[in-house]
Formats: sequence, structure tokens, C-alpha cells
Amino acid sequence: MSFINYSSREINCKIVYYGPGLCGKTSNLQFIYNKTNPQTRGKMISLATETERTLFFDFLPLALGEIRGFKVRFHLYTVPGQVFYDASRKLILKGVDGVVFVADSQVERMEANIESVENLKENLLEHGYNLDDLPYVIQYNKRDLENIVSLDEMREALNERGIPDFEGCATSGKGVFETLKSIAKEILMVLKSGIK
Amino acid sequence: MPGSQMIMYEEEYQEISVIINKLLKEANAKSIFLVDKNGQLIASCGDTDELDSTSLASLTAGNIAATGGLAKLIGEKEFSILFHEGEKDNIHLSIIAQRVILVVIFDRKSSLGLVRLRVKKASDSITKIFESLMKRIEDESAAGPESPFAEITDDDIDNLFK
Repeated sequence: MSFINYSSREINCKIVYYGPGLCGKTSNLQFIYNKTNPQTRGKMISLATETERTLFFDFLPLALGEIRGFKVRFHLYTVPGQVFYDASRKLILKGVDGVVFVADSQVERMEANIESVENLKENLLEHGYNLDDLPYVIQYNKRDLENIVSLDEMREALNERGIPDFEGCATSGKGVFETLKSIAKEILMVLKSGIK
Repeated sequence: MPGSQMIMYEEEYQEISVIINKLLKEANAKSIFLVDKNGQLIASCGDTDELDSTSLASLTAGNIAATGGLAKLIGEKEFSILFHEGEKDNIHLSIIAQRVILVVIFDRKSSLGLVRLRVKKASDSITKIFESLMKRIEDESAAGPESPFAEITDDDIDNLFK
């Protein structure tokens, strides 16, 4: 649910990075943080455990520029991927404008990917959203590793709808900005059509 | 879709500014923020320069969301007031009209009792503004999908990432 502020001429949109534990959601945000001009980004907040596992969420505000005289701001959030943090995951989806699903390409994580998509659908439904109606893109992460599932198989398992998808390697940054740009575009297109 | 899109117009923004500025004085507070439950900052006043207001807004919403989750676990609808006490500064959080969060930061120059009292009064006024704002958003969106982004082009979006 974007927030249009006519007073400050700003529009704020919320993007949530979702996916199974250790798939690279936080790495995506860290890469964006490191590669963005400090003037366009705010502070990155990570509510993580001592072992750097996300406990509640990571947050990164980006002010990318202006469209038609309105400052466009994106608030990027990640969810904690570990299964037992489901209650927290659900909370972060509140008011979401678009979702990036970060899939782990490793063979042994395929089941976790599929479970996580199902979990995403369920949690969205609890907020009254249907994943099919939301701006949604997928990133197949960790394509640099050896023991990975083929792109075709990943698409078949995770991308029935044929939404935009990208191969990524969040640590080196491959696909990270392509993914962000794509979800931003999807969200702005929804705003354009005026569908809420 | 759940709820409706949040839109803030100049008129309502001015009305809100007047109320929170008044609250700032009457409660002897250091700063005041009004935050959407989704973590978007709506308005602020007082000593806000040294604070990262975007982070404050997002963490406030996360805090309220987590506490709301706890409330539901024990069968409560929500906890409408939260208070965090620090060595010097304190934060008073209250949920208004079930969708915005009023954040009051204060130090020893004020007291929890005074803040609670003044917040209660200001909450009623803010509730009224949001009720009429939500009605306005509904009316204007029913009148047609007039978005400032209606004319947006692919180039506009590409330019954001240059």
C-alpha cells in the first residue's frame, strides 16, 4: 500500500524480499546499500542475531529520484527466512507494495524454496492480499555455485505465472539491481493504472 | 484489497502539523512523530534534526507490529500504548484511529503522566482528521483513478536508476 504525500510531494513504496533461510535476502540489501550513492540511501538497519541471522527484519530506505515532481522512495525490507520466525515474517508483509522472492539455487534447497513460496502466499492471504495480484519478481540466487538446479527446472517449480525473473549472485551483485529495478517498475506500473 | 491507499493532502497535513506542534508545547516534549502503521513517516515536529526519522518510522512500525502480534497471542486486539524508558530520554507510542502511531519523545522536563494526558486529547483531534481524510481518499478514488503517475513512461522509470 503505497503512501502518496501531496504535502511533501513524495511517494513511498514498500518492497519485501522474501525467501528461505540463508537464500541471500540480506546480501541483496547489503549489495544495494554498498553500491548506492550515500545521498540516495538512508541507513541500513539490520535486526539480527549475534550470528548475523535476521531476527526481525533488515530495512533500507532508498530515494531514487523524482517522477513528475514527486520524490520516489522505496523502503526495502527483508524477512527472517528461518521457518520458526513465521510470526515475524507475517508482520513485515503488512502494507507491502511488491515482493521479491529470492530463491536459493542449490539442489538441496529446492524444497525450502517451494515451502517458502507457499508460506508467502499464506501470509499474504492473512493480510488480504493475493500473490497473483501483487507486483512480484523472482531472483534465482547463488548461480555461481556448482550444485545448482537448472534454470528451466527452477522456473517450472517457482514461476508458473511467468513473472519477471533473474539469475543472481547477491554477494558479487549479479542480478541484484536488475531485480530491484524490475520490482520498482512493476510497482510504479500499478500506480500508473491507479489500481490499489 | 485490504484497507485503502494512504494519501496525505496539503490541508490535512497542515491540520495535523498544528495539532502535533501544540502537543509538543503542552506536553513539554522534545520531538513528535506521526507514523503510518506500515512504517511511513507522515509528519514530525520539534527537535528532529539529529534523529534518523526514516529509521525511527520503520522501527516504530516494527515495534508496534510485534507488540500487536503479542496482543493477539493473549487474546487482546492490540496494545494501544507503549512506553520505553531510557536514562535520559523516553518514548511514548500510541496507536490512533487503528492505523497511525503517535511517537512522543521526552526527557526529564516532562513526565509520563503529563504526556499521557496531552496525548489523549491530541489523539481525539487526530482521529477526526484521519476519519475525514479516509473518507476523502475513498471519495476521490471512487471519482476515478486519478494518480499523479497516470502519465508515467518507461523512460521515467529508467531514469530513476541512472
